[in-house]
Amino acid sequence: MHKTPLLDQLESGPWPSFITDLKRVAGRKKSAADLLGVLERSYKDKITHWKHGGIVGVLGYGSGIIGRYIDIPEEFPGVEHFHTVRVNQPSGWFYTTKALRELCEIWDEHGSSLLNMHGSTGDIIFLGTTTPELEPCFAKLTAKGWDLGGSGSAFRSPSCCVGQARCEWACFDTMEACYELTQHMQFELHRPSYPYKYKLKLSGCPNDCVAAVARADCSVIGVWKDDIRIDQAAVKAYAGGELKPRGGATVYPKLDVKADVTDLCPTYCMSYDGKTLKIDNKNCNHCMHCISLMPQALRPGTETGAAFLLGSHAPILEGAQMSWVIVPFMPMEAPFDELKEIIVNIAEWWSEHGKNRERVGELMLRLGMRAFFQGVGLEPPAQTVRTPRANPFFFWHQEDFDAEAAGRKYIKL
Amino acid sequence: MALSKADLVEYIFDMVAKAQGKKNIKAMDVQKAVLKEHPDQDKNMIKFGIKELIDTGRCVYTYFGGSYIEIPHEEGAAKKV
Ligand code: HEM
Ligand code: SF4
Ligand code: SF4
Repeated sequence: MHKTPLLDQLESGPWPSFITDLKRVAGRKKSAADLLGVLERSYKDKITHWKHGGIVGVLGYGSGIIGRYIDIPEEFPGVEHFHTVRVNQPSGWFYTTKALRELCEIWDEHGSSLLNMHGSTGDIIFLGTTTPELEPCFAKLTAKGWDLGGSGSAFRSPSCCVGQARCEWACFDTMEACYELTQHMQFELHRPSYPYKYKLKLSGCPNDCVAAVARADCSVIGVWKDDIRIDQAAVKAYAGGELKPRGGATVYPKLDVKADVTDLCPTYCMSYDGKTLKIDNKNCNHCMHCISLMPQALRPGTETGAAFLLGSHAPILEGAQMSWVIVPFMPMEAPFDELKEIIVNIAEWWSEHGKNRERVGELMLRLGMRAFFQGVGLEPPAQTVRTPRANPFFFWHQEDFDAEAAGRKYIKL
Repeated sequence: MALSKADLVEYIFDMVAKAQGKKNIKAMDVQKAVLKEHPDQDKNMIKFGIKELIDTGRCVYTYFGGSYIEIPHEEGAAKKV
């Protein structure tokens, strides 16, 4: 074992320490011992000693394996190769203990036995193995029904919140949609053919527990079209303190319905006179604030589906972006054909026009919303407008003249 | 005129072989190049042409910031374990 005085300090606090975990494994795995060594070394040198990328993979796949090498293999031969294996997770991250044991046994045999449940993409991340172990590991995984996830310029493993499996707010079956889309996109998941990565995450309601709006190019967020369902008696019970706010998950014994709920509604579309709670649903923007505070009194409507948003990504070429509403509402019933079509059409437009390593959100900004909607063949809805137009110039295209001549209506009822 | 499946596979392989060591090419570059010379070629057939080269191990995907298609070669970063 290497001496690791700097890492040892990370064990001193009150929290569980990954250093303690690594040391436990280092007793039986040379790779874990050298991993500690090289990390200590990086803390001293203040640079990383990892190189990433390259040629490694399993036959037939262009993603799922991320090559990792060290630049000082003479000193740390145990991590000379330390490739990552991404295993596609089940929808909603539900496992049986039997399945977890099988995964652990495979990785104990073919890798460092270190793993990460789960990576930001949602995949199970197996950390560290050598090139010769890749094919046998993959064979064992597929024999047990697992598959590799996405990496590189591919469709990444979609992920979703637990949705209807555990949550009453889910406006569609997120797990079913995640599974359907994972199957539909198999070719693109394993064979990177886009300008860059392309991610899909699905949340059952605007609480957005998988942070789809910030972490996925394609963000699908459950929403309702009709009115929030109100149980006035339960509202009174919250006001009187018989029901605790947020299901008891706050330190407050009692909700002040006006101060805590209606006055904090972002669109001021609610009111409470001490007796009756009123909501002007036309102006509700479905933020979930009121529902999350009073789950027994308020529930999403019953005409449910999802909004499709596009474009979020971390800062790479341009600054970070959040996804933008593209389709404000679509029904979400299996087999989710509308969603599949949108995702595929957008990818095609992006592949055609995108520069290498340009995310789809960046392309949308570069070419503009007008080019985007025309390119993917979607109607631009009012919800995509951030502010009303500020420039007086309107450029007429031939199709506008034609539409006028045909008696175009501006307000769709 | 559109190429037959077998000719298409060789066409793509030649393209990758010629670019080797000079230019990194992506799946979309292959598609665009094929369509330029053979505008009536079915896009799906191009996708599956690449798949065949990968599945038979004649070409591999590589990753250097983005994903590329290349002829298999000795990994620069790797030494034999
Ligand atoms: C025949 C010559 C010119 C014509 C017909 C012309 C026409 C115009 C017009 C129509 C505008 C827009 C005004 C508005 O709607 O706000 C404008 C703005 C402007 N022009 Fe000219 N221009 C001429 C020469 C020049 C020259 C020689 C200069 C500078 C040396 C100049 C500098 C500007 C600037 C700075 C503005 C923006 C003013 C502002 O919006 O505050 N223009 N010009
Ligand atoms: S995103 Fe909404 S539906 Fe999904 S788990 Fe969170 S609160 Fe429930
Ligand atoms: S969901 Fe948000 S916007 Fe809608 S009524 Fe409740 S607090 Fe207001």
